[in-house]
Amino acid sequence: MSVSESARTSTAKTYAPKPGAAPLSRMIGAQAALETRMLLRNGEQLLLTVVIPTLLLTLFSTVDIVDTGSGEAVDFLAPGVLALAVMSTAFTGQAIATGFERRYGVLKRLASSPLPRWGLMAAKTLSVLVTEILQVVLLTVIAFALGWSPHGNPLAVLLLLVLGTAAFSGLGLLMAGTLKAEATLAAANLVFLLLLVGGGVIVPLDRFPEAAGTVLGLLPISALSDGLRSVLQHGAGMPWGDLGILGAWAVLGLGAAARFFRWE
Amino acid sequence: MQSEPVVQVRSLVKRYGGKTAVDGLDLVARAGVTAVLGPNGAGKTTTVETCEGYRKPDSGTVHVLGLDPVRQAGDLRPRIGVMLQSGGVYSGARADEMLRHVAKLHAHPLDVDALIERLGLGSCGRTTYRRLSGGQQQRLALAMAVVGRPELVFLDEPTAGLDPQARRATWDLVRDLRADGVSVILTTHYMDEAEQLADDVAIIDAGRVIAQGSPEELCRGGAENTLRFTGRPGLDVGSLLKALPADCTAAELTPGAYRIVGKVDPQLLATVTSWCAQHGVMPEKISVERHTLEDVFLELTGKELRV
Repeated sequence: MSVSESARTSTAKTYAPKPGAAPLSRMIGAQAALETRMLLRNGEQLLLTVVIPTLLLTLFSTVDIVDTGSGEAVDFLAPGVLALAVMSTAFTGQAIATGFERRYGVLKRLASSPLPRWGLMAAKTLSVLVTEILQVVLLTVIAFALGWSPHGNPLAVLLLLVLGTAAFSGLGLLMAGTLKAEATLAAANLVFLLLLVGGGVIVPLDRFPEAAGTVLGLLPISALSDGLRSVLQHGAGMPWGDLGILGAWAVLGLGAAARFFRWE
Repeated sequence: MQSEPVVQVRSLVKRYGGKTAVDGLDLVARAGVTAVLGPNGAGKTTTVETCEGYRKPDSGTVHVLGLDPVRQAGDLRPRIGVMLQSGGVYSGARADEMLRHVAKLHAHPLDVDALIERLGLGSCGRTTYRRLSGGQQQRLALAMAVVGRPELVFLDEPTAGLDPQARRATWDLVRDLRADGVSVILTTHYMDEAEQLADDVAIIDAGRVIAQGSPEELCRGGAENTLRFTGRPGLDVGSLLKALPADCTAAELTPGAYRIVGKVDPQLLATVTSWCAQHGVMPEKISVERHTLEDVFLELTGKELRV
């Protein structure tokens, strides 16, 4: 037998095969926890998901830069910034992170682990939801401090946030799974910026020419911010129109992502 | 002793666009360490990645541990360990964090701390993956392949670019895996790696297995060895050849450098020196060379550079 074998201190067979997958719930939980840690550790991601929404909410609520219509500025801004937070995590952040995971072979390596692909996707969704909860808590606390007085049905708000997350996740994963990582990085940031301005987040859509405003109103970010605003600012019932738009984007985005996503 | 094959590939064909990467490849690997050797672009990685379930065969069949790697992926994946040629780790993850994570995906993982210690990954500390050295990244990938206590490990060029110490550490781990009953399929460019580690070597070229056997069997290659000597340029090689046994070849490679290939034994050496004595030639730098795996490899795959 070889030298290294006789030199082993222990006679126990350390590496003797004993294969087996961990229980699914443990795998998905571990994966979601890791993905969330990666996100919270990444400075650029935090800028996008925490710093920018917080700054926008604070700045535009306290300084009168944009005419947000009658009433307290924060009542107009808080729903828009919550929509922005959902977009920053489910779309921009998820697209960039997943794009680089694909580029660096992380998705490929995990594909040969016991974690099934749908389990990986479930973990990603879980990680996005956990991040969004942290964002919503933080932004809500800040908004209350700025004098926010929300109305409406919490269930309608929850439904909007969930459908918005589904719509943005589909689009983000579609981008990450089809474009190069660098292209995803550039495009996801550009889209974030354009939708921040043109999606009714801080600038009311009625400030745009009517035709443009109508088209912009069909974007997922506009539907989400408009829906949240109609409930939280005006106390409206179920915003079926906005939910319909978000639902359509979710079906299109997730369907296209499932169809075109490439793992390497 | 013929154990059940751990990998059985039959008539595998895999094309990318118009290019045929694997062209009717047959390969049987049994328990132990199997090295897959081949020049760049020979189809090594494609073959291994088909076994790992990453690629669907265009035709032919692949069975790993008796399972279809694509259709029975869920059953197979917990039983194999995979080390990719590069990457596979979150750029912001620390080495121990990633290894602990992969361990959590398995039911009975190895002791992570012992594995970290064993592969010298403890020094990585809080450094994230993208800032680790190439050698540390390789060793982490190796650790990730074995931490789930698999039956079969695929290592794609595990020591490419490693320094001698790290290479040695990897070899020692592969030997321990083998001793503990884990089968290993490794692709490599390094002949000495295959000679050192492998029970069985498959040489792949242009998408087919062109030779397979133990390193000894391949090197014996018809028991041919080489005898070289230098002398006066322009010796009568034809006359020398007549003095030699029929199955030998003799040639003047460069002026004054002679090579005889055949069954090199004491008798042959005596024949050559006595022929030299008869012709008043002083053979200098006389040497007998054992056939190495590298010779076999170059003989089989040709010496021209591959793109």
